[in-house]
Amino acid sequence: MSADNGTLVQVRDLKKYFPIHKGALIQRHVGDIKAVDGVSFDIIKGETLGLVGETGSGKTTIGRTVLRLYEPTEGKVTLDGTDVFSLNPKELSQIRRRTAMIFQDPYASLNPRHTIGTIIAEPLEIHKVAKGKEKEERVTELLQMVGLNQFYVNRYPFEFSGGQRQRIGIARALALHPDLIVCDEPISSLDVSIQAQVVNLLEKLQKQLGLTYLFIAHDLSMVRHISDRMAVMYLGKIVELADRDEIYLRPVHPYTQALMSAVPVPDPDLAEQRQKIILEGDLPSPANPPKGCNFNTRCPFAKEICIEEEPEYREVKAEHFAACHFAEDFL
Amino acid sequence: MINSMDQAEVLLEIKDLTTRFYTEEGVVYAVNGVSYTLKEGEILGVVGESGCGKSVHALSIMGLIPSPPGKIDKGEVLFDGRDLLKFNQSELRDIRGSQVAMVFQDPMTSLNPVYTVGFQITEVLSIHKGMNDKEARGVAGELLDKVGIPGAHDRLDDYPHQFSGGMRQRAMIAMALAGDPKLLIADEPTTALDVTIQAQIIDLVKRLQENLGMAVMWITHDLGVVAELAQNVNVMYAGYIVERGSVRDIFKATRHPYTLGLIGSLPRLDEAPGTELVAIPGLPPDLVDLPKGCPFVPRCMYAVEQCLEEMPPLEQTDGKDHTVACWRWEHVVGEVTADVR
Repeated sequence: MSADNGTLVQVRDLKKYFPIHKGALIQRHVGDIKAVDGVSFDIIKGETLGLVGETGSGKTTIGRTVLRLYEPTEGKVTLDGTDVFSLNPKELSQIRRRTAMIFQDPYASLNPRHTIGTIIAEPLEIHKVAKGKEKEERVTELLQMVGLNQFYVNRYPFEFSGGQRQRIGIARALALHPDLIVCDEPISSLDVSIQAQVVNLLEKLQKQLGLTYLFIAHDLSMVRHISDRMAVMYLGKIVELADRDEIYLRPVHPYTQALMSAVPVPDPDLAEQRQKIILEGDLPSPANPPKGCNFNTRCPFAKEICIEEEPEYREVKAEHFAACHFAEDFL
Repeated sequence: MINSMDQAEVLLEIKDLTTRFYTEEGVVYAVNGVSYTLKEGEILGVVGESGCGKSVHALSIMGLIPSPPGKIDKGEVLFDGRDLLKFNQSELRDIRGSQVAMVFQDPMTSLNPVYTVGFQITEVLSIHKGMNDKEARGVAGELLDKVGIPGAHDRLDDYPHQFSGGMRQRAMIAMALAGDPKLLIADEPTTALDVTIQAQIIDLVKRLQENLGMAVMWITHDLGVVAELAQNVNVMYAGYIVERGSVRDIFKATRHPYTLGLIGSLPRLDEAPGTELVAIPGLPPDLVDLPKGCPFVPRCMYAVEQCLEEMPPLEQTDGKDHTVACWRWEHVVGEVTADVR
C-alpha cells in the first residue's frame, strides 16, 4: 500500500463511531455503534474502487466520512496529499469542489421545488464559478453529457423517471469538474434495464473525463462489472481487497467466499454447478461486535485463535489484502 | 424432475386474466389477458420490472385487489378446478392461508408489530386447523424450527421487532406454511434482504418445496434468483406475458427481444474488463396510455410495421412448451444467446 504518485485518496485507520445515549434528561453515553472500525485503503487516480458489504457493514459511512460529511472519530484521509480532516471550513470548501457524491434515491436527492436547471447549476453558484450565460451554457453541456435533452432545463423532478433523475444527479455531481465521485448505491433503486443504462453512462463519463469513483453497492455482480478493484466490508472493517477478478475467482477470506457464492447467477447451468456456501445466522450488532475476528460467529472455519485475537489486515500476496488468520491457507 | 412434472396435475389455471385500475388520471391497464397453468409441485418464476403487472396479477389471484379503483374485468382463476374470482369474501378467506398462502416483500409491514410472532402463527392454526392453544403452540414452534429459527420454541413470545430482517421473513414463511398450502405465492420475498440472507431463504424454500411438494410462484425482478430456483418462467412486460418456458429455454434459447434485453443488461461473470452492458434503450410504457400494438415496440430493435398495428398472441416456438408473444421471434437470436449464456 505504498503512496506512489498515482494515489488520489489515502485512507488510514479510519474510525467512525456513533454514540449511543440513554436517559431522558441527563443523557449518558452508554456505548458506540462502531460503523467504521479502523479501515485503510487507497484509491488510485482514474480507477473505480468498488466497496461492497451487507446492510450495516459501514460502506455508506466510509463514503461520507471520506468526504468529511461526517466528522471522523479517528484516522486520516488525504486527497491528493492534502489532509482532509485538518482543514478549516474555507479550505474544506475549496477541496470539496474536487469531490462529489451521487446518492441512492433519486426521488429524495433532488429538490422537488427546483427546476432541473436550478438543481444542476446550484454547485456552480455555491462555489461562484459561473454565472449568467456561462452558467447556462455549462448546464446545457452537462445535460448533454448525461444524455438528457437540453430543453428539459425548466422542468421539475416529478416529470422524470427514476433513471432520468439519476442522470440529473450525475449532471449535478459533474458540475464542478470533480476528481473523485463517491457513488453511493446509485443504481439500487432502478429497474434492471435502466441500471445498465446508468452504469454504461458512468463508465463512459469516467473514460471521457478521467474520473475516479468510489462505487458503493450491495449488488456484487454490478460492482464487479464496474470496478477495477473491490473491497469487501464486514461489520465496520474491510476484510478483503483485491483486483476485481482476483477477489471473485480467488477470494481468501471466508466471508468473501460465502458472499461471492451467494450471488445468484443469471444462468441455470452455472447455477446448478456452483457450490453455495450458506452462512448461518445474521450480522451481529455493530454496537457490540464479537471479540477477536468479528466474523467468528458465522465463520465455517473458525478456530480458537479467531475468538481470541483479531486478525491483522495484511497483504497476503501482491496487491491482495485480507484480514483472516488463515488467509494464506486459502491461497 | 421435468419428466415427473409432465404427469403432475394442474393446480392453477389462469385464463385471460384482465385487471384494470379506474383512476382519475385514466384507466391503468395493469394486467392484460394473462393465461397460463401451474402444476402441482412446480416452481414458477415470474419476472419483470416495476409496473409490469407481476404483483397485481398475483394479488388478483388472491382476491386482494383494492376495489375501487381496481377491478378484474375478465378472466378465470381456476384453483383445483374452482374459479376463485367467483368466490365471496368468506370463501376466499378459507382458501387464503390454507390452500394458497402469500409472502410479501417487506416482512416488517406484513407482521403485526403489537402481537408476538407465536400468536400470529397460532392464529392461523386455530382458524384453519381448529387447533386448541396448546396444540397450536407446539406446532408453531415446530414451524419456526423448520424454517431455521434457532431456539424456535423460546422465540414464540418475541415480538417482530426482536427479529432480524431475515428472521422475520422466515417467520412469514412459517406462517404461510401453517395452513399446509398447496401453493405458496412469494412476492419479491428476498428483495429487502442481503445476499447471504437471500441465499438462506432460497435454500429454505427449495428444501420445503421438495419435502412438502407444494407449488411455488416466485415473483421477482432478479433473473439470477429465477435461474437458481425456478423450473418454469413467465416473463412479463406491460401487463402481458411476453415469453414463457422452462428456465433453460428462457436463458439459453431466448426468443423475445425484451427477455434478451433483460439478460443483456446484467453483467456477465466471464466478461472481459471494459465490456459494455447491452442496455435496453428508453423507458417502460405508461400503462394509462398503452400503444395499440406491441408495448415493447419503442424499445425494440427488431420491430417492424406489423408490431405497431397489432399485439402478437402468445404462440408456440420451436421449443416444447416454450411460448412467446412476438411477431418476429424467429429472427430473435441475439449474440447473447448464441454464447455461454
